[in-house]
Amino acid sequence: MSTSATAHHDAHHDEHHDTGRNTTLGFWIYLMTDCILFSCFFATYAVLFMNTAGGVSGKDIFDLDLIAGGTAALLLSSITFGFAMISAYKKNKGGTLLWLAVTFVFGAAFIAIELYEFNHLIHAGHGPSTSAFLTAFFSLVGLHGLHVTAGLLWITVMFIDVAKRGLQDRTVTRLGCLSLFWHFLDVIWICVFSFVYLMGAM
Amino acid sequence: MSQHDHDAHSHGSVSSYVVGFVLSVILTVIPFWAVMTSAFDRATLFAIIVVTAVVQIVVHLKYFLHLNFTKEGKIDTLSFIFTAIVIVMVVALSIWIIYESVLMMMY
Repeated sequence: MSTSATAHHDAHHDEHHDTGRNTTLGFWIYLMTDCILFSCFFATYAVLFMNTAGGVSGKDIFDLDLIAGGTAALLLSSITFGFAMISAYKKNKGGTLLWLAVTFVFGAAFIAIELYEFNHLIHAGHGPSTSAFLTAFFSLVGLHGLHVTAGLLWITVMFIDVAKRGLQDRTVTRLGCLSLFWHFLDVIWICVFSFVYLMGAM
Repeated sequence: MSQHDHDAHSHGSVSSYVVGFVLSVILTVIPFWAVMTSAFDRATLFAIIVVTAVVQIVVHLKYFLHLNFTKEGKIDTLSFIFTAIVIVMVVALSIWIIYESVLMMMY
């Protein structure tokens, strides 16, 4: 009796797992196309970064302390999202909600730092329309920031979903997609801080 | 039990996330420190930034995005490698073409 119940549960679980697997793969393919979108922005930046129209270059405006702070926030949010996923797979609702909230705080801190930087630059007269370099810079970093903002919205939605309906298989699959999205954005940020900020400041 | 091991492998465990995180911190601190101290020449700095970035991307792919070559995970990894090839073509060839044309127009 108990064995047959377990077997039935396993079959049920596998069926859901397979559907979840297809969803995750589909989402991964979307992320790969997003990767190509980012690569176009990187290529544009690489082509235009020297065209400063006689104005400021990266060396003059990049504040590495600020960028180090944003990088730390994003990296911390990656590991806290990992903990949220581990809690979700263990069906630990409280743990999932707690780590999702912590991830949101770190992600929001990253966006706050980025908005402060953008605001500071625009008020100093280095807005996106000043030179080709600044246009490419604001587009690339802003595109990443938009993605992180979308991620924050998605975290909010998932927080409500988990809080209201608990950790059903479908919800865990969605969390898995969000996890891929969030870690993927951290990978993009590695490229941004390395190739835009660090190379620009050296 | 083996099913459980498999799950732990494909979803990651606390220890694998911590390992990935520590490696990422080290690989982030090195280039920031190198650029901020300005104790190196440009070529060395360039090499440090590129190498730590590439290694850190691999660390993230392995420990956070759980790419692997198992039967189930292979398709993700292969689609990533395909995308990486497309990206190299888009970025590297754009830079090559534009910089060559700039040189030809200047001289």
